[in-house]
Formats: sequence, structure tokens, C-alpha cells
Amino acid sequence: MAEIEATTGGTLALALPFIAAALAPILRRIFGAYAAWILAVAPATAFALIFTFLPTVTAGGVISFGYEWIPAFDVRFSFRIDGLASTFALLITGIGTLIVLYSGGYLASHRDQGRFFSFILMFMGSMLGLVLADDLMTLFVYWELTSITSFLLIGFDHEREKARRGAIQALAITGGGGLALLAGFILIREVAGLNSMTEILAAGDALRTSPYYLPIFVLVLCGAFTKSAQMPFHVWLPNAMEAPTPVSAYLHSATMVKAGVYLLLRTQPALGDTALWTTVLPLFGSVTLVLGALLAVRATDIKITLAYTTVASLGLLVMLIGVSTEYALVGAVLYLIAHSLFKGGLFMVAGSVDHGAHTREIDKLGGLAKHMPITFVAALLCALSMGGITPFVGFLAKEEIYHALEYGDAYHVALMAAAILGNALMFAAAFIVALKPFVGRLPETIHHPHEGSPTIWLGPLVLGVLGLLGALFYETYHQLFSVPMASSAIGAPTEIDISWVPHLNLAFALSMATIVLGIVIYLASNAIRAATSGVISAIGWGPDHGFDQAMRGLLRFSFWSTSRIQSGRLDYYMTVTVMVIIAALFVPMILGGALPVEPQMPELRFYEWIVVAVVLVGILAVVIAKNRLTAIVSLGIQGFGTALLFMLLGAPDLSFTQFMVETLSVVILALVMTRLKLSPADHRPLREKLPDAALAVAGGAGFGLFLLSIVQRPFDPVLSDFFERYSYAIAHGHNIVNVIIVDFRGVDTMGELAVVMAAGLAILALIRIRVGRKGAAQPDPTEATP
Amino acid sequence: MRTIIFRFTAPYLTALMVLFSIFVLLRGHNDPGGGFIGGLIAASALAIYGIACGVGPVRRALHFHPMTISGAGLFAAVCAGIFSLFAGSGFMTGLWVFPTVFGTELALSTPLIFDIGVYLVVVGGISSIALALEERESD
Repeated sequence: MAEIEATTGGTLALALPFIAAALAPILRRIFGAYAAWILAVAPATAFALIFTFLPTVTAGGVISFGYEWIPAFDVRFSFRIDGLASTFALLITGIGTLIVLYSGGYLASHRDQGRFFSFILMFMGSMLGLVLADDLMTLFVYWELTSITSFLLIGFDHEREKARRGAIQALAITGGGGLALLAGFILIREVAGLNSMTEILAAGDALRTSPYYLPIFVLVLCGAFTKSAQMPFHVWLPNAMEAPTPVSAYLHSATMVKAGVYLLLRTQPALGDTALWTTVLPLFGSVTLVLGALLAVRATDIKITLAYTTVASLGLLVMLIGVSTEYALVGAVLYLIAHSLFKGGLFMVAGSVDHGAHTREIDKLGGLAKHMPITFVAALLCALSMGGITPFVGFLAKEEIYHALEYGDAYHVALMAAAILGNALMFAAAFIVALKPFVGRLPETIHHPHEGSPTIWLGPLVLGVLGLLGALFYETYHQLFSVPMASSAIGAPTEIDISWVPHLNLAFALSMATIVLGIVIYLASNAIRAATSGVISAIGWGPDHGFDQAMRGLLRFSFWSTSRIQSGRLDYYMTVTVMVIIAALFVPMILGGALPVEPQMPELRFYEWIVVAVVLVGILAVVIAKNRLTAIVSLGIQGFGTALLFMLLGAPDLSFTQFMVETLSVVILALVMTRLKLSPADHRPLREKLPDAALAVAGGAGFGLFLLSIVQRPFDPVLSDFFERYSYAIAHGHNIVNVIIVDFRGVDTMGELAVVMAAGLAILALIRIRVGRKGAAQPDPTEATP
Repeated sequence: MRTIIFRFTAPYLTALMVLFSIFVLLRGHNDPGGGFIGGLIAASALAIYGIACGVGPVRRALHFHPMTISGAGLFAAVCAGIFSLFAGSGFMTGLWVFPTVFGTELALSTPLIFDIGVYLVVVGGISSIALALEERESD
């Protein structure tokens, strides 16, 4: 009974965003921007449905459901809800509900708002599927769906070039990583025979001890690092800020960029805790953390600042997962939830500021607190959480992180230094975004700053308040969210008792130090910005520039290779095709030693000799013909002779077909010739004709020898016996050839029919293009009459 | 190619050839013939008509665009395959009925529908190319 409920509930939760996405454009047309309130019901319902699974999940249970998909390859469409998945799913649907409402207000006057709703709900469904997926192929499909929907959302304002570039860059990087991930999954399936996350988690050391651990590790990491914007793949994330702000808040801070982190947390029990894992992840993570945080302070656009702090936060998460001790993983989990809340909120604040003051440049902002009081409160709540100040969830996370790193050895000291520096920089960045625009004097460049509609301030306020409530009622918070999530990530039940009440210990002291350092950086932010800008312009090259160079190189290469291969000359294409065919005929025959021995001359009757003579005369006539039309007709004579031979040797079907094909090819060749306005004869000098002649002889000899060598092999009668026996018995037909075509091998024929039709359409298009051009160039009516 | 004799006989020749092509199509399952050959015969018949009397009359006589005919053929062939699915057997399994009409037993089957599909695809595909190539001389 419980199983059935889980199946319908889970399937409904997974399907709801997609259903809403399909309805969105229609609802938007009917209800205008108010459609947001109706559409938000879908993620809210999904949230409620997943909430009903919480009792099972918090008790350590796992809910799984699914359907057969491709049984022949052991691919299932299956899902698994445990602590990790449920917390992620609640974040996705919960923040998703607020984002849908926010977009209702933020894009109220945008003419394509319906399409926007559609995209963002599709993304929500994909992301939900990603975190709930159990089967590896199911996970991969959802993984790529998030890349594609992200592409659509970044490029939403597709008329701006920067938006298109950002979209393509994100797709190229995350899509490329997705392909690496697919390779990794296939390797896991082939090497270890593990098809789903459940099996991987149950397999214990199977993957760690596998000889293919290294390639699996690298490939999975490629997927996770590209998606979660680790250096040097981080470039796409700041450029993704071209998307409308709700997208930045949702995809590029709260959810999608966490997909890589999710994957690492998910596979950590099976892939983690090796020397490779605990070295590579903290290395990439700490570098990403410090550089990302530095770049955040350097940026002047508050959205870009937030984007870089997201990069830094993802680095911190990867670093902690790399350390993979219990404390570190608990720290990662606490930070992940806290980050989703405060960063989603801050992005929405940035959007509100942009909406109200019409600029995002930090130098041009100030004094908005009086005009946008609710937004200011929301911003402060989120920033306090981001700064790790009690009593906010960010504080819990930071205490736990410092607690996890407080060991004396060089490894932990180095990571601790990175964590403190990164956190201090992020502290400064948080207040640059949440405080600077609201205090001081209102610049004269800002006209009529105003608070947005309730949908616009509701989202950040709710997320900010939740960050406070989570810390105040930390026992419930841990019980419902962080403990189940951390237990799944660690692979064993765990306890979390961190509270908002500070204790005087090393972690708290470091926390204080971070805040002091953060305040110093905040005050000195202008100087730091100038200094880092100087350094960066002195280097003059970055991964972003590198991406452009790579793309330009790709274009240049494809242009070069296309212009080399596709000359547009028919004789060139024919020569290459014939040469390849000749090679395909001769090379295997010579290498395989299958050259035919000298054949015995067959005993033919005299009239058969006459037909052979006709064929030979036909060929001779083709070669010596002065006129192209004569050559074509002579070719037909040769073909008719061959058809006659088929008839005499007892292959009426073949003969029939040959007759018709010859007739039609003569007709069509003649038509094409007149159509192309070729000169009636070939006037090239002999030395230009000779290579073609050589090719023709080689081709003919190749086919002749090939057929002879086939005939000289012992005849294997299995197939002909089969068809002879069953043609009438099963398929009710005496004509074996026809029965094979329409019945025994009917599927082949169906494919061929499609090819015939596609080729016909292509030829038709080619002919039409010529007609169109000629008509456009010479609209002379006299030309039309013959 | 607009000699009076050719232009006068071409319609009769075409009619005969099309009739013959249908005969070849239908006998194909037991005797030499079938959809492919039948289709080629019909296509050459139409090409002859086109050369003799111009493309316009051929297009009027066909009523549908040749590519539409080709598409209908592909549709019929796919339907013949799918039909078996509804009958509970695998895709493309041949289904046969032998009704008696006016005292003669007829063999009707999904492979026959499939063969008609082949015929239509070939007729449509080739004659659309041939007619498009002939077009210049008549327009």
C-alpha cells in the first residue's frame, strides 16, 4: 500500500512542473502576469507531496519507485528518495514556488513571459528528476535536460548578443561535462555492472578497488566540476548572469549549479575517501573558493559579485566534500542548505534593486533604504546569514566547517586558511550587495526609486526569514533537513547538535577573526577592486578569453576543412567517391588473399554470345561516341544487353528491374544533360581524359574481380534453402524475391523507402533552387517559351 | 520530341503501361513482378507522357503532387507494419485473409498493402524528379 502511494505521489511530483510548463503560455495569455499565482500551485503541490515522504526519510528509510524503460539494456526509469534527495527536492520546489511568483512580478510587462514560465518550470522538473533519479541513465537524461533548459533561460533575451554568447558558453561547458559524465556512467555500468545509485551505494568498495577507478573518477569529476563551476570551468557562471534575475537566483545559485555538488555528495560513499579524492577535490575547491571570492569583491555589477560568490561557495562545498570526514560532510550539507536560502534571496534582492533603481552598478547605488524598506530588511537578513552571524543558518554552517578543519597538520591548516580568507571575502561581498546600495546618499542619477509589487519582495523576505527560523529552531531544522541529508551523504546515520548559541572554542574564535577580516575588506573594497583589476589586466588572459579563442579556432578549423572537402565541383565528388569504392573493392581482396583464380570460360549458346557481343558493342560505342547523347543511349544499350542476359540465365525479376532502371536512367540522364546546358560533346584534351579513363577501368575491374571471387567460393545454401522452404509455407508467396522484399526483410525495405523519398525531396530541392535563381536573375518571359 | 505520332500515341501507351504496372504489382507475390518493378514501369510511363505532351497535362492527370503520392506510399507501408501491432503480433508480421468474392478466392494481406506502398513511393519519387527536370521545356 505504502509502495503504491509513493509511486503515484512521486510520479505526480515529477510530472507537475512539466504539466505546468505546457499550460504556462495559455494561462499567461488568459490571466496575464497573474498566471504566476496559478502556476506556482504546481511546485507548491510537488513540495507538499515530497514533504509527505519526510517521516519515512527522517526515520532513515528510502522510498524507491520506477518503471521499466529499456529492459534489454537494464535501463530503468527509476527514482529514489532518501535524505539527500528529499532535502534537495524541497529546496528545488520550495524556492521554485517563490521564484515563479517573483517572475510574475519581475517580468510582468515582458511580452514573452509565458515562454519564460514554461522554460523555468521545465527546468524545475528536470532538476527535480535529477536529484530524485536512481537509474544512471535516468539521471543522465535529467542532467542534460537541466543543461538545455539553462541554455534556453540564459539566452531568453536572445536578441542580445551577450545573452546568446552566455547561453552557448554555458551549454558548451556543461553539455561537454555531461558527455564526460555519460562516459563515466557507461564505464560504471560496464566495469562494475552497477546500473543505479542504489546499487552503487550498496556495492561498498567495488568501485574504489576497480582497476578503472581513475577513469571513472576523472569522468564523473568532469561532469560535476563543469556543472558546479569549479576553476577553470567557472567562466560560464558569471556570463550566465545575462539571464533575467529570477533565473540567476534559481538556476545559477540555488539549484542547478549544485547538481555537481549533489553528484559528489551522492557518489562520495562509493567513490570518495581515496587519496585521489581527498587531494584533487580540496585542491580545486580551495582554489575556486579563494579566486572566486576575490573576483566577487572586484566586480562592480552586484549580480556579477553574487555570481562570483556563488563560484566561491561551490568551491567551498567541493573542498569540504573532498575532505570527506564526517564533520566536513555535515559542514557541507549545512552550508549547502544555508547557501540556497541566502543566495537565492540576495539574487532576488539584486533584481529588485535593478527593478527599482534601474542600475546594478555598485558605484551608482546608494540611499535606497528609505525607498525600498522591505527589500532592505530582506537583504540584511540574507547577508547576515551569508556573513555567518548568529542566529542565522549561515552561522551554523560556518561553525561546523571550522570545526571540521581544526587539526594541526599542514593539509588542514592550508584548507583552513583558504576557508577563512574565502569566508572573509564573501562576508565583505555580502554587505557590498546588501548594505552599500541602501545606505548613504541617494545619487542623482536614480529617479523615483520604488518598492516592487508584493510578489517581488515576498521571495527574498521569506528566504531571509527562513534563514533565521532555521537557526532559532535548530533542532527541528536538523531533524527534518540536515540530519537525513548528511546521513545519506556520509552513508551512515549521524547526529548534528550545532546550535545558534555560540560556544567559546577555537571555531568561534576563528569565526570572529573571519568577521573582523571581512569588515576590513569591506571598508577597503574600493582599493582591493582597483588592485585586482590592475593585476587581471596585467595578465590579460583568462579562461573566458580562452573560451572565445577555442570557439574561434573551431570555426576557423571547420571553415578550413569544409572549404577543402566541399569544393562544390561534381567531377571532384565523383572522383573521390569512385576512388573510395575502388579502394574498398581492392584493399580487402588483396589483403585477405581473396583474388579470384582465372575463371573457366562458360559454355554459352550462340544467341547468348550475340547478346554478349551487343553488350561489348554498347560499351565500345560509349567510349568512342562523339556526342554525349549518343554515349548515354549506348550506355542504355549495354544495360539492356545485361538485362537480356539476366533473363536468359533465369533471373526474370532482376532482368525486369534492370530494364526499367536502364530506361529511366537514360531518360533522366538525357534530361539532366539538356537541363545543365552541357556542351553536346566532351572537348577536353586526351591527357585530361586519361585519369578518368583509368578510374573507370579500375572500377570496372574491381567489380568484376569482386564478383568472380564471390562466385568462386563454395556456395552456402542456408539462406536460399530457408527462403525456398518457407516462402510459400509462411508468407504465402511463390516469388521468393518479392517475399523477401515485402515480408521477410520488410523493415529493411521500409528504411529504403524512406531513403528513396528523402533523396527525391533533396533532388527536387536542388532542381528548384536552380529554377529560382534563374528566374530571379533573368525575369525574361521569352526565355520560358521553347 | 513533339512529333505528331508520338504525341498521339503517348497517352494510349501511358495508359497501357500504367495498367500493366498495376498488373505487375499485383501478381508480384507469386510471379515475377512486385511493387518496385511496377513502380518503375509506371514512372517511365509518366515520363513518356511528360516528354510527349508536356509536364502540365501529367500534373493535371496525377491530380496530386508526385511527392504527396510518395508520402502516401510511405504512410501506407508504415501502416501495414503497425497494423500487425494492433492485431497482437509483432511489428510487420504478415496478416492474411482469404475472402471469396464472386466465387473467386482473393488473397489479401498486409504485405500486399506494403507492396502498394513501395509502388507509390517509387512512382512518386522518380516521377517528381523526372517531371521537375522536364519542366523547363514546357514552362
